[in-house]
Amino acid sequence: MWDYTDKVKDYFFNPKNAGVLDDANAVGEVGAIACGDALKLMLKVDPVTQVILDARFQTFGCGSAIASSSALTELIIGKTLQEALTLSNQDIADFLGGLPPEKMHCSVMGYEALQAAIANFNGEVWSDDHDEGALVCKCFGIDEGVIERAVKMNKLTTIEQVTAYTKAGGGCLTCFDRLEEILARTNEELVAEGLLAEHDAYCLGTVAAKEIKAKAQQAKKEATAQTSPLAPVSPLPPASAGMTNLQKIRLIEETIEELRPFLKKDGGDCELVDFDNGNVLVKLAGACVGCQMASITVSGIQERLVAKLGMPLRVIPVGKHAH
Amino acid sequence: MKAVYLDNNATTRVDPSVVETMLPFFTEQFGNASSIHAFGASVGGALKTARKQLQELLGAAHDHEIIYTSGGTESDNTAILSALEAQAGRDEIVTSKVEHPAVLALCQHLEKTGRAKVHYIGVDSFGRLDLEAYRSALSDKVAVVSIMWANNETGTIFPVEGLADLAKGVGALFHTDAVQAVGKVPVSLKDSSIDMLSLSGHKLHAPKGVGALYVKRGARFKPVFRGGHQERGRRAGTENIPGIVGLGKAAELAIQDMAEEQGRVKDLRDRLEKAILQRVPNCFVNGDLNDRLPNTCNVAFEYVEGEGILLHLNRVGIAASSGSACTSGSLEPSHVLRAMNIPFTAAHGSIRFSLSRDNSVEDVDRVVEALPGIIEKLRALSPFWAGADKEARDFKPLYA
Repeated sequence: MWDYTDKVKDYFFNPKNAGVLDDANAVGEVGAIACGDALKLMLKVDPVTQVILDARFQTFGCGSAIASSSALTELIIGKTLQEALTLSNQDIADFLGGLPPEKMHCSVMGYEALQAAIANFNGEVWSDDHDEGALVCKCFGIDEGVIERAVKMNKLTTIEQVTAYTKAGGGCLTCFDRLEEILARTNEELVAEGLLAEHDAYCLGTVAAKEIKAKAQQAKKEATAQTSPLAPVSPLPPASAGMTNLQKIRLIEETIEELRPFLKKDGGDCELVDFDNGNVLVKLAGACVGCQMASITVSGIQERLVAKLGMPLRVIPVGKHAH
Repeated sequence: MKAVYLDNNATTRVDPSVVETMLPFFTEQFGNASSIHAFGASVGGALKTARKQLQELLGAAHDHEIIYTSGGTESDNTAILSALEAQAGRDEIVTSKVEHPAVLALCQHLEKTGRAKVHYIGVDSFGRLDLEAYRSALSDKVAVVSIMWANNETGTIFPVEGLADLAKGVGALFHTDAVQAVGKVPVSLKDSSIDMLSLSGHKLHAPKGVGALYVKRGARFKPVFRGGHQERGRRAGTENIPGIVGLGKAAELAIQDMAEEQGRVKDLRDRLEKAILQRVPNCFVNGDLNDRLPNTCNVAFEYVEGEGILLHLNRVGIAASSGSACTSGSLEPSHVLRAMNIPFTAAHGSIRFSLSRDNSVEDVDRVVEALPGIIEKLRALSPFWAGADKEARDFKPLYA
């Protein structure tokens, strides 16, 4: 088990300010369920004085993610937005008496959510929005801005630290080259600003980095040898914008048709019933119907359709199913 | 409050009678089995008895087919390294994506250093091995097949006897990591094509630091440890006599308790599993429900993260484990759940409960009492649960 401080444990077991804030006028959402943690921060800001009157959070994640979220709300309630903006992820970690190094990304998530909420209040879109090209780590959906900010704010100098603080590179590591490039460039900037000693800055091609790189190359090789079509499809697909509803239905039918042989192989089947407003209604049959298989099949079909159509949609099994 | 220990796939409590059997071998019968004098001789006898006890548990034809080791990892490493060294001209390994790191990390290392080509066979969403891929990976280039008997995370049992027959067909050695299976399911090696089998003492109520590698008589073998002539020269190093004697006693107990493991322990597991599925919405069981260890129950709770569940359980004195990323120090869910393609919505919230004969109905009921509230509390905190609430309930019939 992790070596959590008593304060982390206390804020996990008895989180303060957890739940939905109904009259929130600033909301920041970061993370995703696939990445293992996500945070929705809700603020009620006085429009005149810009004081944060109330703050609530909802968090999916480990103990330190929940504790960090709660700590964040405690730190910002009563502060003006101006003051809140000066808060760093280290302040969150310090408030909790420190976090295990591998868990620092929990504090960064809090920091990012706060920035997003304030941007939301100001009618802006926070840059943590995975713009085209900005997405670096596809496993955890981390973009360049998050990495740059974490490196600058915490004076990070190794790839391992970048992973501990942002999770970027914690999965397949195919993004190694870009991580290295961002780290080297940001370190260079820190040195230029006199915030980092030159000999501490990240040096391209260090021994440790070489080892990680070998792992990255191995991962790349594996990634190109993709297997089952029911396997999760990685990042975002071509857009279906401009397609008529009929065209979309045809494409959905084609996709399901492609998947049927694989379902049949396991004694199951699937058929399209209706497509309405982003909802794909399907009828599952045979071995697909059963507690465990169904949820996996549905999510498999859904991922595949999202990839093909390039639009968010939900696969919903309907109708009586034959056992 | 009595602690409830449901992490027996991680390690088990040493049986008090095992400890009792071991104690004289620390201070009274402390001799070296290789010595010619009386001190050595009495220890030699104990070693022989222990070997017979383990032979019986494994259903092995000969007691000298058992080589004592320091545990499962050494046995796994020895089996694979020996098979490669003993068979010039064969430099491929066939294994599965869901093996224990004791096998996987070694295979990856051998691959990286150019000493072997490795085929990693995948599994389906129930954790069942892809038999077609397995068949097509077999060839006369394969030195060794290493496939686990039962998976440590889900308890899914692989049909190792059949797999071993197929491996024999291409002349490859067949090794199985049976660390989780021995003592929980009946094993009979004398009539099987299994050439090598690894087991670990501390998974069956013997102490840590002792294990064994079964090597079928006639199977090609090259020692990894060289030195003295212990274990017929196949594993040098003075024997861990107290540990070996303890493992022998534990093997004897395992034979006696096999029926209990298959009966009472399985009933307890089923009671736990059924109650969880009934009382907690949006959860399902990971693994092959038709072919599973009787003591293991791996449940995926959607929209919550495993570490939070474990911290809460720990606070009320319940010990379990998780395939979630957060608990392991890695950032991704376990390689087993990923190989099974368990959706991320559930993989992060997968909890393993592993029972043993030490558990009681009260233990199980304590979990059943505590768990629904914990999951509810964490889901109330989860942004996905609030958002998915309605849809999730629409999905509910599918999980019934």
